[in-house]
Amino acid sequence: MADPTFDGIKIRNLYKIFGSNPATHIDAVRNGLSKTELNERFGHVLGLRDINIDIPSGSIQVIMGLSGSGKSTLIRHINRLIDPTAGEVLVGGVDVVTMNPAQLQQFRRHQTAMVFQKFALLPHRNVLENTVFGLEVQGMDRAEAVSVATRWLERVGLKGFEQKYPNQLSGGMQQRVGLARALSNDAPVLLMDEAYSALDPLIRMDMQSVLLDIQSEIRKTIVFITHDLDEALRLGDRIAILRDGEVVQQGTSQDIVLRPADDYVENFVREVNRARVIHVDAVMTPLANGMAADGPSVETGTTIEIAMKALASMSADSIVVSEPSGKPVGTVSIRQLAGAMVSSDSERAAGPPAV
Amino acid sequence: MDWLYDFPHMNDDTLRDLKRAIDDGFRTFSRSYGDAIEGLFYPLQQFLIAAERFTTQTPWPIIILLILTVAWFASRSVKIVIGCLVTLLLIGYFDMWTDTMRTVSMIFVCTLMAIAIGLPIGILMSRSDRMQRVVNPVLDVMQTMPSFVYLIPVVMLLGIGRVPGLLAVVIYAIPPMIRLTDLGIRLVDKDVLEAADAFGTSKTQKLFKVQLPLALPTIMAGINQTIMMALAMVVIASMIGVQGLGQPVLRAISNQYFTLGMFNGLAIVGIAIIFDRVSQAYGKRLQKHREIVHG
Repeated sequence: MADPTFDGIKIRNLYKIFGSNPATHIDAVRNGLSKTELNERFGHVLGLRDINIDIPSGSIQVIMGLSGSGKSTLIRHINRLIDPTAGEVLVGGVDVVTMNPAQLQQFRRHQTAMVFQKFALLPHRNVLENTVFGLEVQGMDRAEAVSVATRWLERVGLKGFEQKYPNQLSGGMQQRVGLARALSNDAPVLLMDEAYSALDPLIRMDMQSVLLDIQSEIRKTIVFITHDLDEALRLGDRIAILRDGEVVQQGTSQDIVLRPADDYVENFVREVNRARVIHVDAVMTPLANGMAADGPSVETGTTIEIAMKALASMSADSIVVSEPSGKPVGTVSIRQLAGAMVSSDSERAAGPPAV
Repeated sequence: MDWLYDFPHMNDDTLRDLKRAIDDGFRTFSRSYGDAIEGLFYPLQQFLIAAERFTTQTPWPIIILLILTVAWFASRSVKIVIGCLVTLLLIGYFDMWTDTMRTVSMIFVCTLMAIAIGLPIGILMSRSDRMQRVVNPVLDVMQTMPSFVYLIPVVMLLGIGRVPGLLAVVIYAIPPMIRLTDLGIRLVDKDVLEAADAFGTSKTQKLFKVQLPLALPTIMAGINQTIMMALAMVVIASMIGVQGLGQPVLRAISNQYFTLGMFNGLAIVGIAIIFDRVSQAYGKRLQKHREIVHG
């Protein structure tokens, strides 16, 4: 259940300049001084430029980019592990930037929880003791903290491992501890900084499922950082793509894959398994109003891959697409599905094949 | 061309006056404040006497049992416990039990003092680079200044006895405690510290729940070094009246009693090895969960 009183996260005109005297250069950067120029002329590094992202309560926002794009810097502004040079970060309606140290401490204890790329578990504490850490810091009663932690450990699949130490666990299991530790806090915001980047592909898939599964229950506002587009498309309700500290595109997975904003995004998208991302809605022929359609159907929001599977098992050439209520909205043919799988934009697909 | 072969130095009279002025100043200071300062150290003296009374007047089997118990809980190693037992029995058999116990009690109190003073200084030092810049040269002086030199003002102030001995030992033995506490805290993994911040720890929570526990193996190495250096000072401390294994060694030096010196020297080595192995084994056990077993 999304907390109805929680207003999501709003990032407004956020700038971050690294260097000895960032405030003096902020106006120049606002007026268009480029990252390279700032570095060459003033020896300051532009971390983030004019970031504006709205994250509704209860959704997963993925922030994607290559290393050096500023994504880890950005997520650290949400719990102010890094102070911005200019801008606002509203979490649940409160500007994090203006908090004093005591408010910030309370905010971090109760409003956010974080999962780290390198796990950052305490090596001298066993799994259970690591999981209660956040609650202990909050000052929660010991018995209650243990019961909360035990429940979350069980939920992430670590029942029976409570007394083990982090160095006795594999990477995937250590990150489960990291996740349980963060979830135990029961904060409305969950920050995941490349949480799965250090894991091998199978474990990563597994952990993504764990997260989606838990999210369907708890409906937290999750900010997930990754450099892996497949991961971004699988997890993100919305995706923001960062390059050199600027947002180059934000939207749903469909927006990113079907309408990449520039060559940079398109380069990412080219390697994606389109059949698993694109929904049938995007390629179907809509039904004229009131027209009926019979035969086997798939729901809107089904991926091309699933629709292909359904079509392959029957003799028909096309399949009906209908809303969850059962109302048909369109039809989609094998040809349309196949076309969507191989082309990244329709004009190019129509023209002569590139050599 | 005389000045080329004879370093141009301060006028002899001026130099003499300077030295005399400082000496007189200090003498006046110690005359007027010596008693007050001695009073300040009175509780420490009582503690030293109590510790010595405990080790020398408790029946020896109980002391041995106590030491073996501590050794067992610190190291969990039968080998180390047996080593301790054999060493202690040999020391007792060669009639050095009482002197050894005096030394052990002295080292015990010195180590406690070094930890009590060194740990907070080390923590402060790890928190501020300026503090580190100030403290480091002081530690260098403490470690390199010949101990006889700072024995002079200590003896002038406090006379001879246990307390000045303790001061001399602590001054000499405390630097590794301070340095390794500072180092241990500074070496704590940045990622773990960031995680602690992200969960909203206060400064105190961070210190006690994260920094100190993670620095503990390094701090243990500091304690180990402090004990070893304190033992190295036993003979020098005996020159200002500290009783224990140092005194027979001192007698042996002035009278050329080769065997007496050798036996007592070996007894010092014996307890040094006990302290060292037990504290190192404890430090290793603290490290147990830090090594990476899994990839």
